[in-house]
Amino acid sequence: MVIANEFDYRRPATLAEATDLLANHSGSVRVLAGGTDLVAWLRDDAIAPDLVVDIKNVPGLHDLKMNGDTLHLGALVTFTDLIESDVVKERAPLLAEMAETVASQGIRNRATMVGNICSAVPSCDAGPVLLVYDTTVHLTGPDGDRSVDINDWFIGLRQTARTEDEVVTHLTIALRQHGGVYVKLMRYGGEDLAQAAVGIIAYPDHEYRVAFGAVAPTPIRSIRIEDALRGKPLDDALVAEAAAMVRDEISPITDIRASAEYRVRMTEVMLKRGLVAVTERLAGTGPAYGTRLI
Amino acid sequence: MNLTIKVNGEDWALDVAPADVLLDVLRERIGVKSPKIGCERGDCGSCTVIMDGRTVRSCLILAVEADGHEITTVEGISYDGMSELQTLFIQNNSFQCGFCAPGIVLSATELLDNNPNPTRHDVQEALAGNLCRCTGYEPIIDAVLAAGEGGSE
Repeated sequence: MVIANEFDYRRPATLAEATDLLANHSGSVRVLAGGTDLVAWLRDDAIAPDLVVDIKNVPGLHDLKMNGDTLHLGALVTFTDLIESDVVKERAPLLAEMAETVASQGIRNRATMVGNICSAVPSCDAGPVLLVYDTTVHLTGPDGDRSVDINDWFIGLRQTARTEDEVVTHLTIALRQHGGVYVKLMRYGGEDLAQAAVGIIAYPDHEYRVAFGAVAPTPIRSIRIEDALRGKPLDDALVAEAAAMVRDEISPITDIRASAEYRVRMTEVMLKRGLVAVTERLAGTGPAYGTRLI
Repeated sequence: MNLTIKVNGEDWALDVAPADVLLDVLRERIGVKSPKIGCERGDCGSCTVIMDGRTVRSCLILAVEADGHEITTVEGISYDGMSELQTLFIQNNSFQCGFCAPGIVLSATELLDNNPNPTRHDVQEALAGNLCRCTGYEPIIDAVLAAGEGGSE
């Protein structure tokens, strides 16, 4: 089995060269980073670009650093980079907890978090976590630089706010004291796409962010559940109230990995466990990051 | 397109098409046969190679992406005889058909390079993306754990 489609391949050495290639080409174009989705899609004939622009030689896109209290994550930061980063461990361990659940070591070494949200499949692990972090996506294109609120990023199944001639350069996350949790349901531990996923952040004074993966055409945030939790100390009744809202907030399908009803029921359980864990983590207790809750 | 690549310490310069996949170029142009053609979509791990020190799926990399990079396969880590890990795989009777073995040797090598004394869970996690349909994994995990204990002495 080979890639049947013929295409041109370019590996620009600067961001300007990359944006120029994307702006001035004929036919369709794809941006290549880790390639773990893109090359699989090429092999499947799911996409047939005329040009592939490999951004791996563009300087600066590997940066993973703090600017004050803002976390800067370059477009080429891999899931392994997140797992091995001291900055992530100290300031945003939720990112590592999520990254550890992605595929396998050989994929994590190559796959990028930005590529994950550009592919934008419903089960993309980065989606729920970047949603609860109120992330900003930074792009550059023929009309210059722009930024997109992550809440406006996912616009449909495998569709994002990025246009074909734009490159995501980096993500930024404004960090303050928080506890986080990513709960991912898989058919077996180790290597699988999510059957359902829940990402939650707890901030001081009973403020929460809640998002779901693999239970709608895109990763989705639940403002209604966040509003129901706001300002109230978490107790069993409040956890049950939030869990009871799940069914109306998500719209899972039945497919080879799980039935819709199973996804609803398990998402309720995962939200309950996640809310307890994230509240404990904010207080400095609770299960260590990386502990599987389901 | 020109591809300059180092494979198991040897420099190669080839003319490849953009659509050529690294796995196929390694096997058919360079003659390195240990990376296997399995699922061809990144799930099974049989095409695993080490690229610049880290395992990657050679079925999901265009050959041109490897331009200027260094690839190591099982052939490359066995030049001076088998590694301790490989010897322990034999002693533990870890493999049967052997199709998954090159990928597992490389994934375990990467693990031990980064974590010389891994726990059972570490080994399971490191090998989770390398599917074996013969053994049930236990003799494979036992061998890697034994290699880890040896490394810590």
